[in-house]
Amino acid sequence: MDKMEKELLKKIADIEKTPMGAYNIRQDGKGIARNTTANIDIVTKEDKPGIDIIVKPNTKNESIHIPVILTQGGLNDIVYNDFYIGENADVVIVAGCGIHNSSCETAEHDGIHSFHLSKGAKVKYIEKHYGEGEGTGDRILNPQTIVNLDEGSNMEMETVQIEGVSSTIRETKANLAKDATLVISERIMTTGKQTAKTVFDVDLAGENSSVHVASRSVAKNNSVQEFISNVNGNNKCFGHVECDAIIMDHAKVLSDPKITANHIDASLVHEAAIGKIAGEQLIKLMTLGLTESEAEQQIINGFLK
Amino acid sequence: MLELQNISFSRDNKKILRNINLTIDDKKLVAITGPNGSGKSTLAKIIMGIVTPDSGKILFDGKDITNFSISQRAKEGIGFAFQQPVKFKGLTVKDLIEISSGNQMKVCEACDVLADVGLCAQEYLNREINSELSGGELKRIEIAMLAAKKAKLTIFDEPEAGIDLWSFNNLISVFEKMHQEIQGSIAIISHQERILNIADEIVLLSNGQIEEIGSKEEILPKLLNKGAKPCHKLNEGETNCNLGGVN
Repeated sequence: MDKMEKELLKKIADIEKTPMGAYNIRQDGKGIARNTTANIDIVTKEDKPGIDIIVKPNTKNESIHIPVILTQGGLNDIVYNDFYIGENADVVIVAGCGIHNSSCETAEHDGIHSFHLSKGAKVKYIEKHYGEGEGTGDRILNPQTIVNLDEGSNMEMETVQIEGVSSTIRETKANLAKDATLVISERIMTTGKQTAKTVFDVDLAGENSSVHVASRSVAKNNSVQEFISNVNGNNKCFGHVECDAIIMDHAKVLSDPKITANHIDASLVHEAAIGKIAGEQLIKLMTLGLTESEAEQQIINGFLK
Repeated sequence: MLELQNISFSRDNKKILRNINLTIDDKKLVAITGPNGSGKSTLAKIIMGIVTPDSGKILFDGKDITNFSISQRAKEGIGFAFQQPVKFKGLTVKDLIEISSGNQMKVCEACDVLADVGLCAQEYLNREINSELSGGELKRIEIAMLAAKKAKLTIFDEPEAGIDLWSFNNLISVFEKMHQEIQGSIAIISHQERILNIADEIVLLSNGQIEEIGSKEEILPKLLNKGAKPCHKLNEGETNCNLGGVN
């Protein structure tokens, strides 16, 4: 790997050298490095591109890194990754995709990740998306995440689109059984003429299932963002959707959070706010010694933290 | 330290401040008091640069800062605690204390300034300054931030507003400690007798003008004996205060 490729990996997966635990590193449509452990197996799919990640029941404190990097224009990399997490396992999964496109052709990665968490399993899933490169070609990332949570399982998702992605459509579908919990934290920043669309479809099927979706985004310049969420409460359950956006310059932001209660004991809340940076926030930070632009940057950094 | 020369400010054809001349000397704790609407907060904002006066001059350590921005004044050594603390989604108590101290403060020192305002650092340092905090908590964090700044001149705009009685006792100690340790000047806008009582000097503003300046021994007894002025119409012997159709 050259320096640029290593830096991409560091940006998206915080990897500087060979990661601990299980990993599968994919570059330009091909797997380039893999490691399995006694409890975690990674198997190449035979019918389509992608891998199956199989975590044995009761596996604790192990991690799986599956970063993808694209360094060529004119490549449309579609990959199907399925995660099978055994009963009562507790693991951290770090995914993410970084594109370096120095060509005038589009570089696109569409990762379709399906999670199957067995009873009592717990997963922390971290996904970072990043684009760079001096070329005029678009850098497109369209991830799909499908989450099936069995009884008493718990998944925490942290998704971040740092910068440099020309266009993205991020779709997340989840189905929660009894006592299952899903916590999603999303951070997106768009600049220039970038577009970002996020769609969450969550079915709270089981009794006492719960979901919390917190999306924060910053739209700068002429970028366009769309946030759509549909949470269906089909049992005694709790759902909370919170989306906040800071709008700047000539950007556009659409927020459409929808909650549907199909059960008398479904408790669902949504909060949506779009606005520019409050003048009083800038003034406060300026009274502490920051310039206006430093104050603006500090507010954005904090908001997207 | 700070010298205001002939400061005037009007808004919507109403004179808010009229020809204010005021000097705040080095290491002095000055209380600025007066009835609601007398121009106290506007005066504080003019010193910080949040509001621009229509006329007049501001000197700080002999330097003309009239045209300085808020940031420049902060860098020169002026600090300002808001009457209504500002909330931030994402920024934590630690972030703001760090910014306020110019990234000069160690975590243990940040803990001390929080302890001084009655907050447990372990519980508050990493909390976001958002609506989950109560008005009293936000107010105490605001004061801690200014204690961390260690400014040459710190202005507090009604620090007692929203603070409960228990915290109020601590608040007095915080000002006394700041006054002793930082060796800077402090200007506190307040209606509270106990705050006026710790001041070296009291400035009484009324109707946009300085009515009196003097030591607490001179001013405080007069203020306490003065009481609230009744409606001027009642003074003039009118018994029917017609409030636009309300009989």
